[in-house]
Amino acid sequence: MWEHCGHSLDVARLRGATYADVRVMHQRQRDLTTKNGRVGTLGQSESIGLGIRVIAQGAWGFASTDVLTREGVSACAAQAVAIAKASALAKKKDVQLAPEAAYVDSWQSPFLKDPFEIPLETQLALLLAADEAMRRVKGVTLTETDMQFRKVDTWFASSEGSKIHQRRVVSGCGIVATCFQGDAIQKRSYPNSFGGQHILGGYELIESLDLLKHAPQVAEEAVALHGATQCPERTGTLILGASQLGLQIHESIGHPIELDRVLGQEANFAGTSFLTLDQLNHLRYASPIVNVVADARIVHGPGLGTFAYDDEGVPAQRIDVIKAGEFCGYLSSRETAHLIGLQRSGGTVRTEGWNRLPMIRMTNVSILPGPWTLENLIADTDEGILMETNRSWSIDDRRYQFQFSTEIAWEIQGGKKTRMVKNPSYSGITTEFWNSCDAICNADHWLLWGTPNCGKGQPMQTMGTGHGAAPARFRNVKIGTAFSEE
Amino acid sequence: MRGAATKRARAGGEPLRNERELRAIADNVLRLAKLRGVKEAEVHVEEVIDALTRFANNAIHQNVAEHGLSVSIRTVADGRTVRVTTNRVDEDSLRAALENSLALAASQPKDPQLLPLPGKQKYRALRRFIPATAALTAEERARAVKRACELADRRGQVAAGIFQSGQSQTVLCNSRGLFAAYRQTQAEFSVTMQQGAAASWAKANAADVRAIDPIALAKTASDKANRAQNPVELAPGKYTVILEPAAVLDLVGFLFYDFAATAVEDKRSCFSGRLGKNLFGKNITITDDVHHAEQLGPQFDGEGMPRQRVVLVDKGVLRNLVYSRRSAKAAHAKPTGHGFPLPNEYGEAPMNLVIGGGNSSLEEMVCTTERCLLVTRLWYIREVDPYEKIMTGMTRDGLFLVEKGQIGRGVRNFRFNQSILEMLANVELLGMAQRASGEESFEMVVPPMKIREFQFSEVTKF
Repeated sequence: MWEHCGHSLDVARLRGATYADVRVMHQRQRDLTTKNGRVGTLGQSESIGLGIRVIAQGAWGFASTDVLTREGVSACAAQAVAIAKASALAKKKDVQLAPEAAYVDSWQSPFLKDPFEIPLETQLALLLAADEAMRRVKGVTLTETDMQFRKVDTWFASSEGSKIHQRRVVSGCGIVATCFQGDAIQKRSYPNSFGGQHILGGYELIESLDLLKHAPQVAEEAVALHGATQCPERTGTLILGASQLGLQIHESIGHPIELDRVLGQEANFAGTSFLTLDQLNHLRYASPIVNVVADARIVHGPGLGTFAYDDEGVPAQRIDVIKAGEFCGYLSSRETAHLIGLQRSGGTVRTEGWNRLPMIRMTNVSILPGPWTLENLIADTDEGILMETNRSWSIDDRRYQFQFSTEIAWEIQGGKKTRMVKNPSYSGITTEFWNSCDAICNADHWLLWGTPNCGKGQPMQTMGTGHGAAPARFRNVKIGTAFSEE
Repeated sequence: MRGAATKRARAGGEPLRNERELRAIADNVLRLAKLRGVKEAEVHVEEVIDALTRFANNAIHQNVAEHGLSVSIRTVADGRTVRVTTNRVDEDSLRAALENSLALAASQPKDPQLLPLPGKQKYRALRRFIPATAALTAEERARAVKRACELADRRGQVAAGIFQSGQSQTVLCNSRGLFAAYRQTQAEFSVTMQQGAAASWAKANAADVRAIDPIALAKTASDKANRAQNPVELAPGKYTVILEPAAVLDLVGFLFYDFAATAVEDKRSCFSGRLGKNLFGKNITITDDVHHAEQLGPQFDGEGMPRQRVVLVDKGVLRNLVYSRRSAKAAHAKPTGHGFPLPNEYGEAPMNLVIGGGNSSLEEMVCTTERCLLVTRLWYIREVDPYEKIMTGMTRDGLFLVEKGQIGRGVRNFRFNQSILEMLANVELLGMAQRASGEESFEMVVPPMKIREFQFSEVTKF
């Protein structure tokens, strides 16, 4: 692979590139699902190819190929340079990269059990057993389970001398029970919705989830939701479960701090951000108890945003995003760092695969734990609603106004968790919402959740991001608006 | 030889392989399968060439090209099936993929409902490969982008968008003699014009790049961005709206999976228990028709069954669903050629929706309206209630107040929570149907719609 990398860099240089970096990637994936006791999807795939990014005449070009021969790689590198020269026809200024040292390194993400070495029979047997445990509950009309495993090797080299090999192994799993009754569909998921939990790790994740223990409860709750009280419409106190808070962070903090969005580079598709450059170190983003970091280092945990080097060859870092409520950091790249006065990229540039251009992506954007236990937090709440497990999410293209709904909720009355609530939803304006946070649970309740399906860029790229979160309380939140008749 | 570096590098890259080359790869897999004693195998070979020039802040900031080929092998034996995909096409790699498929297939329990592979099928020809699109170069895309950016510069605006062009082909064969092949080109230009805090947008997508006028789209977005200055804030509530085609398709596109017989069988479709019922207004007719002149996509499904024209909704009545072979057998119906590649849990979906329109232009619809909101596009649409099909989302890039037949000032963007079922029962007027392109759904042929009592629940800051 290094030979392909070196040759493509040589060709790019000879064709006139002033900078080039190349990624050869070998991606392997296994997908398993079951539905109503039968195998649904069962597939395994591999893809290997090379993508090269160059600067020529001060502008960017990128080309990719799966023809890994000397000729194929040469043609690809030459095409990237030709594209860069075409880009120069419509440029305003030359691309400027923040300096970065050259690294020669190799890194493998930690895992205990390689999921590709676990027999498929074992994996399917577990999913089918969980599926059956859900179907045993009367009233359940649809049961679904899934597992997904990925193993990606990346060989990165740059014209500045870096040569970095990384291997990342990702595992994910989830189960869902659905109940159609009368004129409504209710569902419950474990451990999270939309594919479950995903981490940078091996099959040990699946074993730790104890699907068989949770399957009956998931199914019973899906049925019970039909008899639950409709979520009231009011302004009041809201406690979010950890996984829902993780998605709240993703949408209303993670995306707004992407510097390419802030600079208008995503204006046509993913949108821009209310966090204009003048807000840095000036905006009170959240209440003083809120601290948020973007941390790609392994010490933060085995998140989908964990790596040793990003796809520009910049080492993983921790960035303070919100410190005691004050906004203090963006997600940056080598190209954008200088625009916010940084001497160095924040190391957040990643690509979905060999045929996609690396771009700024969330790493692990996490809220740091507070002092509360969940029991004490509930006991401290006179009246409120506890919402858990995302059902839908939506936010405007500048990341101000959002609306989320969750699968399930419970009323809190007099410091006690009482009756079940169905069709819960809440909405708000990002900064008003985060400034209303008055309690965050402690590290015992904190978990690094994986969001495997974050879409961005054109052509679209899907990326995994991590979000460490613990349950948290918010005051004066608009609740129940999704089903409002007014 | 493909991949050889030319003396003068092509920013457009190499062309698609000859169809015979793809068929030779597929035949090789079937030969290896036969040698291995595999009675039933299906091979799907896909090749994609795509290039996309992206611009923002009145300059190109990303410019990419890709060329890839993948081979997907499905074996069927003794009630078991699995799919293995690789992009390595040498014989050793194909043999390894086949062995992998057999090993994985043997690891699963039997599925008594698994059908044998279909035999040879007949297809109506489709010509959707336009050489002019395939020949488009990075320089030509850059020059078009430059003209749009210069327009923005002249008007004190900021342009962002894409100019994409690509070509793809697919060959599907199986060991029972089925052979299907398809190739197409596709081009797309999308532009957002920003003026201060206001923005607007225009987009077109076609097989023939000559049908796309980038500068005309840029002017449309530019004029609307200028009109959207200093938006007025209106109270949330129920409004009569005119949805432009992109807004219609992005909402109605969320019905794709609901029309699937498998989704109805699974009781997750909003049409469960509603087949044959009068759900929408008499002015609503929805068909799925891959052969419609303004559609794209292959004339066969994931198993190679020919896609049929299906009238899904006829004058407001839900008449039909779409079926894969499996769901058709379960429902004692005929397959309609809408199945996804197997194995999968979703079954099928209509991919070429056509909503019948009226005779009015969008301008005529505006002229005849006393007061309403004109919606350019919608954004971040998600399902709130799966059975009542309540969707939430935002207006984006151009919400305007229409008064006394005139498009007036911009309006701050709203969040909506609106049932699609109710919406299609409240359509007062349909414009002319056209191929439209949004961001949340597949392209389809839809008319602009004037709809009463569209539910806006909250307002945002811009």
